[in-house]
Amino acid sequence: MSVLEDVGRDTSNLLEYAGGVANLVAESATFIGRLRIRVNETFSQAYLLGVNSWAIVLLTSLFTGMVFSLESAVQAVQYGIGNLVGGVVAFTTARELGPMLTAVVVAGRAGAAIAAEFGSMVVTEQIEALQSLGLSPIRMLVVPRLVALVVMLPLLTVFADIISVLGGMVVAQVYAHISYDSFMASVRSTLPFADLLRGLFKSLVFAIIIVAIGSYQGLNTRGGAAGVGKATTGAVVTSIILIFIFNFALSYILFRQNG
Amino acid sequence: MAELWARLDNVRVSYGRKVVMQNLSLDIVDGAITCIIGLSGAGKSTILRLLNGLKRPDSGRVFVKGRDISQLKERELIPIRQTIGFAFQFAALFDSLTIGENVALPLREHTKLSDHEIDERVSESLETVGLANVESRFPSELSGGMVKRAGFARAVITNPQCVLYDEPTTGLDPIITHILTNTIKKLRDRLNGTAVVVSHDLPSIYLMADFVAMLFEGAIIAYGTVDEVRQSPNPIVQQFLQGSEVGPIPI
Repeated sequence: MSVLEDVGRDTSNLLEYAGGVANLVAESATFIGRLRIRVNETFSQAYLLGVNSWAIVLLTSLFTGMVFSLESAVQAVQYGIGNLVGGVVAFTTARELGPMLTAVVVAGRAGAAIAAEFGSMVVTEQIEALQSLGLSPIRMLVVPRLVALVVMLPLLTVFADIISVLGGMVVAQVYAHISYDSFMASVRSTLPFADLLRGLFKSLVFAIIIVAIGSYQGLNTRGGAAGVGKATTGAVVTSIILIFIFNFALSYILFRQNG
Repeated sequence: MAELWARLDNVRVSYGRKVVMQNLSLDIVDGAITCIIGLSGAGKSTILRLLNGLKRPDSGRVFVKGRDISQLKERELIPIRQTIGFAFQFAALFDSLTIGENVALPLREHTKLSDHEIDERVSESLETVGLANVESRFPSELSGGMVKRAGFARAVITNPQCVLYDEPTTGLDPIITHILTNTIKKLRDRLNGTAVVVSHDLPSIYLMADFVAMLFEGAIIAYGTVDEVRQSPNPIVQQFLQGSEVGPIPI
């Protein structure tokens, strides 16, 4: 009986969580639809969540592109298909690795920051203070971060795509003697522009996931400092899991027709 | 009969499985300072949260100016909250904003006043609570007493009909406590409104309260003027007021 109770409780908690996140996104969308956006705060968050993430995105995408090229370039040359390496790196980066790795990195940084900040605000009664002033925490706090990251994450993804391809190009030249011209020609011939856009659409969805989960976890913090830690960890773990799940689902939907 | 600003009617409140209020009823008289006393964890702060809709009762009703707010949606509560100031126990100022920005926030969001007018109102509000020239400082740069007073200034900047104070003098030295007590009286007089104060600080309560309500085990066990409550024959009230370890209150 207790097993059934546990399953029932967990299911109920999961549905409550999903409903809470969906409600938060819907309420944010309503404010955005009515253009009730705090512009200065949105720019400030774009800087904090987006611009300040450039270094970590640069490092992860650079080394991802480099290692991908390292693993594939030498063998490709041995099989006589070295001229395809650029295309393979760009294709994989634009469709999968760029959007997903950038989102994971930003989830670890920005998602954690959002959850920790909101959690601290709950603990110190600042969220209740906002409500008591007749202000919506969603409009005041969530909407600026959502708009900021929906704009910044695709931009960071473009940046990551470029850096990753450049890193791959250098490694392909150094280890497999594939010329820059050959590498770039392969990139241009293999990667359709539409795939790049589809990858950016993915990052837009990931931005919503990161802000929604971080905000929901933070705003539902319970139990003081320990609760803030728990909310922050929960936000990062949940966001990353959802990013992987949505990445698969979006790849299936977006790239099904053109392979 | 005195006009009421608010009424809690047979309210039940629980946190998880813990029931903190059961069939609690309380009248808040318009234009008066009502102080709520009781043991730590008795649910005093919850009463303040019920009065501005931050907490909803499990059952029972909460009337503010005759309107039942217990079932209102968050959006419907906004205009009511704009008529109620809330001074939190630890001020709850926003860390990322200066004192001036904190105090100005309700005016910026709810009015169309010019920057100049808002600045004037902020200075005036800060001066009322005895703080001058702190607009550009951050909450972390002020002492506990100053932060609390800044919280008062934010709570009253919109000239609310009622101000709720959650333990306004806790943890402060006697001089600051006296200043804050006088500030609460001064603000009530200036706004010509109602105040509800949750406090353990009996000397301050005797100084400012028009009415005192004692909360014990989820119900109001004493209510009246300061003299009436001090002369209450209830042994629980007497033990609490005397701070005695001996009596019916389980320690």
